[in-house]
Amino acid sequence: MTPANFVTLAVILFVIGAVGVLVRRNALVIFMCVELMLNAVNLAFVAFARMHANLDGQVIAFFVMVVAAAEVVVGLAIIMAIFRARRSASVDDASLLKY
Amino acid sequence: MTAAHLLAAGQTTSTGASVTFWVLAVISVAAGLGMVLARRAVHCAVLLAVVMLSLAVLYAVAGAPFLAFVQIIVYTGAVLMLFLFVLMIVGVSTKDSLRETIPGQRLAAGVAAIALLVLLALVVGHAAIGPAAPASAGYGVGNVRGLATLIFTKYVYPFEVTAALLITAALGAMVLAHRERTTPKPTQRDLAKQRVAGGHPSPLPGPGVYARHNAVDFPALLPDGSPSTLSVSPIIVARERELGIGPAASLPPGGDAANGADAAGGADAADGAGGQPEEAGSEPEEARP
Repeated sequence: MTPANFVTLAVILFVIGAVGVLVRRNALVIFMCVELMLNAVNLAFVAFARMHANLDGQVIAFFVMVVAAAEVVVGLAIIMAIFRARRSASVDDASLLKY
Repeated sequence: MTAAHLLAAGQTTSTGASVTFWVLAVISVAAGLGMVLARRAVHCAVLLAVVMLSLAVLYAVAGAPFLAFVQIIVYTGAVLMLFLFVLMIVGVSTKDSLRETIPGQRLAAGVAAIALLVLLALVVGHAAIGPAAPASAGYGVGNVRGLATLIFTKYVYPFEVTAALLITAALGAMVLAHRERTTPKPTQRDLAKQRVAGGHPSPLPGPGVYARHNAVDFPALLPDGSPSTLSVSPIIVARERELGIGPAASLPPGGDAANGADAAGGADAADGAGGQPEEAGSEPEEARP
């Protein structure tokens, strides 16, 4: 259980989150996958902090959490606004700017 | 130096921590995969909660107890609950369709994912990730104190910017989620006028709950034995008509118009039925035999 194990787990979770963002079409689920990617990066930060025996990595992970919380609040409000306008949370339906 | 590191790593890495890591690694990866594969958004949210809780325990194992608690409180407690709230509003039972709207999207996504995995694996494999350093004062009991010292000295400027970010996010959420009222709000006087003008000033008759059945979707009976359209909420009628089940499903579809009569005013057919159901509350005794 060295930091390398933690970083490997973080890589795997990050890739799973990326696949979810690419494959899923429900805006909420895409958002959840983005959260998963942020969590994976946090895990890598914590592992590197452990490796160097200082707390800077943990502070950065803390800031990532704050930014993620703010991002979730605004993103979910946008999803709500879109859902109210067109009764759908699918990212395929919000394509008016394309044409 | 490296020998000392290895020695320290050997001392700090107990078997309990290794077992915890491997069990939680398997659980979190499985839950992550399930999140990508589950069709219902609610299942995705629950599986994401599993991933976040296992990561919280992993933080604690990796010597970050403060982050572990913040992870549980902020992520699992606040963020995920927010997700669930929005999910309830948007619709719990919505499923992703399995049809590909963009041809070849899944294949391309799979190839991109494998490429990303290979890239990151190469990076991690080539990087010299050393063993865990001997635990400094910032781990364990001194973790919160050490983090506080760092946040309020070295990182005090990002910390202040964070405050601005949070205020902006709260304001943005309020602006985005706010809905402008296009018509003035009806006052109590307006509502009373509407009621009197609607030809049905008294309250609508209740459902036949106590007559023959213990459910609000059971219509009250009129003196002639026919069910009263006004006694069941139009929402229940519409739902049961759609599902094709329940006692309200057989009510005439005009239930909407009849029940909205007191607000809309134009109640012709409903008025005939609307006058009578007042007695319906006491009538079912005779109507039952």
